[in-house]
Amino acid sequence: MGEMEELRKEMENLKDQITAARKTFQDSTLQEAAAGVTVVGRVQLKTRKTLRGHLAKIYAMHWGTDSTLCVSASQDGKLIVWDTITTNKVNAIPLKSSWVMTCAYAPSGNLVACGGLDNMCSIYNLKGKDGNVKVMRELAAHTGYLSCCRFLSDTEIITSSGDCTCVLWDIETGTQKTVFAGHQGDAMSLGVSPDFKYFISGACDFTAKLWDIREAECRQTFGGHESDINAIGFFPNGNAVITGSDDATCKLYDLRADQELLTYQDSSIMCGVTSLAPSKSGRLLLAGHDDFNVNIWDMLKAERVGVLAGHDNRVSCIGVSSDGMACCTGSWDSFLKIWN
Amino acid sequence: MSNISAPNSSLVLVQKAVKQLRLEASVRRIKPKFESVIAEVDMVINELHFTIANLNSWMQPEYVSKNLVSQAAAELKTFCLQNAQKDPLLTGVPSSDNPFRPPKSCILL
Repeated sequence: MGEMEELRKEMENLKDQITAARKTFQDSTLQEAAAGVTVVGRVQLKTRKTLRGHLAKIYAMHWGTDSTLCVSASQDGKLIVWDTITTNKVNAIPLKSSWVMTCAYAPSGNLVACGGLDNMCSIYNLKGKDGNVKVMRELAAHTGYLSCCRFLSDTEIITSSGDCTCVLWDIETGTQKTVFAGHQGDAMSLGVSPDFKYFISGACDFTAKLWDIREAECRQTFGGHESDINAIGFFPNGNAVITGSDDATCKLYDLRADQELLTYQDSSIMCGVTSLAPSKSGRLLLAGHDDFNVNIWDMLKAERVGVLAGHDNRVSCIGVSSDGMACCTGSWDSFLKIWN
Repeated sequence: MSNISAPNSSLVLVQKAVKQLRLEASVRRIKPKFESVIAEVDMVINELHFTIANLNSWMQPEYVSKNLVSQAAAELKTFCLQNAQKDPLLTGVPSSDNPFRPPKSCILL
């Protein structure tokens, strides 16, 4: 029992050390640095396309790197690949388990992945030899639901799960290459850095962790939220991280200063953030909420500069295409809307 | 056989020439060992020595020092401002460039 006490004391000491060290580097705030910048004027985006076809709640969507194709997953048991410009369905993939919670598009455009309450990540090959889309691999080893998955390449994928771990898989062999354990609560979302060397995960223990993929270590942990972190994303230059939480706020953390720079909150917003995406320059942050709206924030000034209202149910997923031309929102009302 | 004597001497000459050529053809041609050592082998050995000696230091992780918040904030600000022009959602897209909104032409009836 004595050792436990000592270790606990050491833990508290180290935590205090980290907080003190962060404070010494806090010689300014982002508000001061951005004081000279004028607020972005009101941003009004209009729905350009509505993608109809799903029969149940849409839980996830992901843009392809070509900025025209995107994949969406719905609990009607289908994964649909859309051509967003013509609104045609390129592929409609029936799933073995309809309880899907996430989907991902590979950077090469050859593979899509999905997973959910079946605890497995299923990889589908879109460019099969005879034109059929078939299951290429089923990655099963998680003991909890799959909350998010993201491809690093055609041979590697990272998944986050309700069993509090994130795993890097080798798709060819279907085995786990690295297990990233450390969260105390379900890992709800993950984001990969633009240089593919790091990834961040947000969890139900109210913290976000930065992991080094090659060294398999957690480099930094960011706290501050008061509730589950549902959504997480990298700032476009890879040096900052944005998190969205059930406490209705989004926070911006800088990786090199190792601390929170800004909180995006408003007293009129009372519902949790379900998903978020930064615009291409990082100036705008689009956050989807439970109150059926998407709020657009000016990231430097922390002011709300727009609202996207058009869905009849909770906005469950949002994504900005890689050329920044449009943002796509998916909702529990079974529609995807493209805004521009 | 009667005219062996006349071509005999030329035959002998030709035979001698052939013998000489055979000798020259069978000369083993190699670079002088010294030349190849200094011009090729030694250079590679030196590079290998250099690599072996320095590999450890090249492999060390480079630690990025923690940045002051002011620096980090300034960098984020410059990144946003520099890329603002390239951000279609920020600057707005005219319908001629917007792939999601082809310009509708008016038909005069």
